Amino acid sequence: MVRPLGFLVGLGFITALVLAIFTTPLSNEANVAHEFHKHPRHLKLASDGIVLPHWDKAQLQRGMQVYKEVCSACHSLHLVAFRDIADLGYTEGQIKTFAKGFQVPSINPDTGEPATRDGLSSDYFPSPYANETAARAANNNALPPDLSLITKAREGGKDYVYSLLTGFQNPPKNLPAELKPGTGLHYNPYFANLNLAMAPPLAPNQVTYADGTKATVDQMSKDVTAFLVWTAEPKLIKRIQVGYAVFFFLLIFTVLTYLSYRNIWADKKH
Amino acid sequence: MSFPWAKPYEPTHPLMKWMDEKLPIPRLVYNATGPGYPVPRNLNYFWNFGVLAGAALMIQIITGIVLAMHYAANASVAFNSVEHIMRDVNAGWFIRYAHMNGASMFFIVVYLHIFRGLYYGSYKAPREMVWLLGVVIFLLMMATAFMGYVLPWGQMSFWGAQVITGFFSAIPIVGEPVREWLLGGFVPDNATLNRFFSLHYLLPFVILGVIILHIWALHIPGSSNPTGIEVKDEQDTVPFHPYYTAKDGFGVGIFLLIFVALTFFSPNALGHADNYIPANSLSTPAHIVPEWYFLPFYAILKAFTFNFLWIDAKLWGVIAMFGSIALLFFLPWLDSSPIKSSNYRPLYRIFFWILVVDVLLLGWCGMQPAEQPWVILSQLGAIYYFAHFLVILPIVSRIERPLPMPNSITEAVLAKHATDTASASATA
Repeated sequence: MVRPLGFLVGLGFITALVLAIFTTPLSNEANVAHEFHKHPRHLKLASDGIVLPHWDKAQLQRGMQVYKEVCSACHSLHLVAFRDIADLGYTEGQIKTFAKGFQVPSINPDTGEPATRDGLSSDYFPSPYANETAARAANNNALPPDLSLITKAREGGKDYVYSLLTGFQNPPKNLPAELKPGTGLHYNPYFANLNLAMAPPLAPNQVTYADGTKATVDQMSKDVTAFLVWTAEPKLIKRIQVGYAVFFFLLIFTVLTYLSYRNIWADKKH
Repeated sequence: MSFPWAKPYEPTHPLMKWMDEKLPIPRLVYNATGPGYPVPRNLNYFWNFGVLAGAALMIQIITGIVLAMHYAANASVAFNSVEHIMRDVNAGWFIRYAHMNGASMFFIVVYLHIFRGLYYGSYKAPREMVWLLGVVIFLLMMATAFMGYVLPWGQMSFWGAQVITGFFSAIPIVGEPVREWLLGGFVPDNATLNRFFSLHYLLPFVILGVIILHIWALHIPGSSNPTGIEVKDEQDTVPFHPYYTAKDGFGVGIFLLIFVALTFFSPNALGHADNYIPANSLSTPAHIVPEWYFLPFYAILKAFTFNFLWIDAKLWGVIAMFGSIALLFFLPWLDSSPIKSSNYRPLYRIFFWILVVDVLLLGWCGMQPAEQPWVILSQLGAIYYFAHFLVILPIVSRIERPLPMPNSITEAVLAKHATDTASASATA
């Protein structure tokens, strides 16, 4: 009973699929944007891979400077607290001073009216806009995304962020008219639809590095990307280190279980 | 419940005797996973996967309970509460990544367990009930995993919930009301997140209950084995403990090594970048893709693009996708061959391996956008999937001429050792 019924049901599915094959066009709709879209360029960082990765603290500090002086004008970083930057090699005193440089939303203790106060170590990086509407109003209706997780939240990760920052260029001559950047948009072949609302954010020597590193666009892009790799996963290095300990512990465990398995089965053919 | 030569439980210590009279749990354990449970002596490593699936479930339950202590199931804070776990909770990043990759490990192990069953005919009499309960567990796992993926409330969480609950709206007339009833609204929102969290916490314990039934049903005929020949006498078996506890211990070691490598060194490899963007009902991701373990079924869903017999393409896809799992319930009766192991089924074995390739192909197609050649490949893949179970299998089991079989498990083992020794001495 099951077999003849199953056979009929199977024939039903198969017929529907065969008809679907014959009614689906075999050619794809042409997607011109694909031809101009570029794959992200690889960015090598000290925190990469599993062979002794580490945070390049000098680079992270430079990256944070780029974020603070450039990106933070439009982009929030709301998952990162000032206390977290101890990872970057800052002392408690330096963090307190750094936090004090920011004004964070508060209420007036006497009147209850909205007010601001100096930042504390326990505060998070304040957002540049009060809300999404304000952010869109200031940015030609585009919403600058929060950057805390950006290197994990995009295909291509850090490579994509680095490529996007360094990828602004004039549109190629053979670019079809419908793909040309409209008003307020900027051509960038690393962006999915080629035209990005963000203007090229970095110009040479836009920041002055305290350690004397030359502030080229490429250098600043690398530094800020390295910083954003850290903001996306502050526990990354710790994770790899703990991983080694756990892996080797389990390796010894597994060897011992294998030996006891062989020992127990030694007298049994199987 | 066991073979007559099973070693009886004879407590010697007064405390154990006392316990045995009052609540014979030690007796149960002894007879189920101890020296009192005889198991075929010839099980290969593919028989490790049942224990590994149990280990994976326990890891999910333990990490999940800890996560629930820090997670907040509210649409306005869920995403940030997961990041709070990742950043501020002690070892929270480990617990969360272990839970996330633990789900993948659970599915890898269960898929291998299922394909083991398909190759060695483990679904056949007298073990049909073991198989049926296994399919129930698989369905419960899929529901649990889906709802768990919604909890971080990222873009893929939200849109995955939107797409998967959207399946129900394909049902004529009642579809849309059913969907709204499931979601508790018109789109996934706080009500959805809360009920999914509640059910995601509940279902693993339901799975645990069905696993107990699965093992109970297994222990009545006892384990199958690679020859597919039933146990005949004592020399065909070894006691579960220490023989298979040792072998499973080694299996668990290998499982944990792979699990740890994934969790610590590449925890996001199987995930999707979009799920690190908070859920936004106004912005649809370019490609909505489910987790990898749903991809073959997602490909079957998308393969149906033609309205046929008053049923529109979307409903065909939904029926076929659920049907592709539901047909596993009928497998013991679709395959009428009395031979269990594919080692002695030359024709079925070929189709089995085609099925393996087919499911992998469907999985690959499920990941791709709705463009050629992926559409036609998923259509061909889906045709083979249904043809395999509903057309080929019943025919093959009728016309196939099995290979000569040994008389007993022991004979098979000794014959294998004789050829091994012969070839060893020939090369020496």
